[in-house]
Amino acid sequence: MKTGRTIPQAKRILSNRLMWAACLGATTIAVLVLSALLITIAIEGTGALSWSFLTSFASRKPAQAGIIAPLMGSIWVCAICAIVAIPVGIGTAIYLEEYARRSRIKSLIQLNISNLSGVPSIVYGILALVAFVRFFGIRSADDAWTFGNAESIFYLQIPFGPSVIAGGLTLALVVLPIMIISSQEALRSVPQSLRQAALALGSTQWQVVWHVTLPAALPTIMTGAILSMSRAIGEAAPLLVIGGFLLVFQTPANLMSDFTVLPLQIYNWAGRPQSDFHKIAAAAIIVQLVVLLAFNTIAIIIRQKLQRPLQS
Amino acid sequence: MEQPTTTSTPHSHSGSPSIGEPMTLRNDTAIEMQNLSAWYSKNQVLHAIDLDIAAKQVCAFIGPSGCGKSTLLRWLNRMNDTIPGARATGKIALHGVSLLDSALDVVDLRRRVGMVFQKPNPFPKSIFDNVAFGPRLHRIYSRTDLEELVEQSLRASALWDEVKDRLTSSALGLSGGQQQRLCIARAIAVGPELLLMDEPCSALDPRSTASIEELIRELRATYTIVIVTHNMQQASRVSDSTAFFYEGKLVETGPTDVLFTTPKERRTEDYVTGRFG
Repeated sequence: MKTGRTIPQAKRILSNRLMWAACLGATTIAVLVLSALLITIAIEGTGALSWSFLTSFASRKPAQAGIIAPLMGSIWVCAICAIVAIPVGIGTAIYLEEYARRSRIKSLIQLNISNLSGVPSIVYGILALVAFVRFFGIRSADDAWTFGNAESIFYLQIPFGPSVIAGGLTLALVVLPIMIISSQEALRSVPQSLRQAALALGSTQWQVVWHVTLPAALPTIMTGAILSMSRAIGEAAPLLVIGGFLLVFQTPANLMSDFTVLPLQIYNWAGRPQSDFHKIAAAAIIVQLVVLLAFNTIAIIIRQKLQRPLQS
Repeated sequence: MEQPTTTSTPHSHSGSPSIGEPMTLRNDTAIEMQNLSAWYSKNQVLHAIDLDIAAKQVCAFIGPSGCGKSTLLRWLNRMNDTIPGARATGKIALHGVSLLDSALDVVDLRRRVGMVFQKPNPFPKSIFDNVAFGPRLHRIYSRTDLEELVEQSLRASALWDEVKDRLTSSALGLSGGQQQRLCIARAIAVGPELLLMDEPCSALDPRSTASIEELIRELRATYTIVIVTHNMQQASRVSDSTAFFYEGKLVETGPTDVLFTTPKERRTEDYVTGRFG
């Protein structure tokens, strides 16, 4: 048996300390940058925050401008995105993890999903412009298929045009790969022994998924959903491509409404020369952060609710 | 058709067949295997197994690791279907129903064949929901019927007295031995004809092992049980008949006391006396 040379104790302790210091340093940098950002925004933006800021439409005068349109737009678009991306993402993950046999096609799909998660979101914007906004040019906007009354909440036209639903679907495309991959990882972390137990009791594949795998994976899936929605609410580029408006003087009434979102509004205001607009841009960023926190809180509450029966 | 008494002497075979005589079954045959071979991809793990297992008895599969005993067990409820590349040829029949038939409804088969795994694997649900899991998959029960069924199953697995006051708390809070008895209750609740146990005590301490072994002896009155074990003493304590496997072949089978005291094959003797394995 070879015994090897002993590593001096002092060296091991030193390297341990160095790594500790390096990791602490990395954390400090991250925290410092983030707090610097938050503090600047807070200083600049809090003055502009008021009830009327939240409830007014955009204006040429910074003092009268508000963010009701982009706020409601963001909520609408993200809700549509969540309704589409979360079930489709979980469904795809279930298919790939629980049903699909190992095959070349499965690896190909898997590879593509991984690649898609790295595609710049503006590319999705171009795809969405063709598919959702223009409907591949099959029908022009003047000659659209129309369902329902323009005043009704169920009003729908195909092609969608640069509407709330087109925006929501665009964001769904952007976040779908993240949603699929995180759900897959959640499902993969469920112990195989639980699936076996359910199968051995005479479960069908679907019963295994519904009663065992999915409940066990759901808390982690919800974490993936939070990440996805955080990404969606911060996206501006793909919505700019599909023709999201910068100035909107109405809140969405149905799926066909024009819309703008908070990141677009912030982009618009932050680009203006007058410093008063920078102040309301900072205020809008604060609102966006609050909306994001609210989304995450809801998701965490749901996760806690789901987790409760699993605890002893 | 004599049924050994379950409590006093677990394997009191009156008139064991003498050496060299083909083994005659004292009971109805539950499982018949003929010329059964099995593969994982190109790797053959079972070679032409011929084996009959009697109903309402405990049959132990023994042999060194990798001898194919667990594979064989997992063909009895077709759990190998979940492993890509697993296949088998030959014949297995459970009460006359061919198990390797591609048209067989495996979901229904697994309802008739319960399985207990090596490591206790309760669902992260309440004790009640664990036991009720199987029944709920197959039928719709009234609340009272379900409660009765859960109680019966927990009594049958000798767990009722320990858990009756905390049926709604998580199964994960139970000790390892209790969890394994819960898994047995869960398997029983579906009303199987056959219980498969894949080294059910290997993750348990001696006391829990003793309680599971006692339970197995009691369950024999109602179920046909096949148990895979690495523990020679366990095989001799709980089983009526034993099959010894080596390198994917069935070396010897017979009543447990015969196989352990006067084995026909040299390899069997070496294994059961602990000379290898």
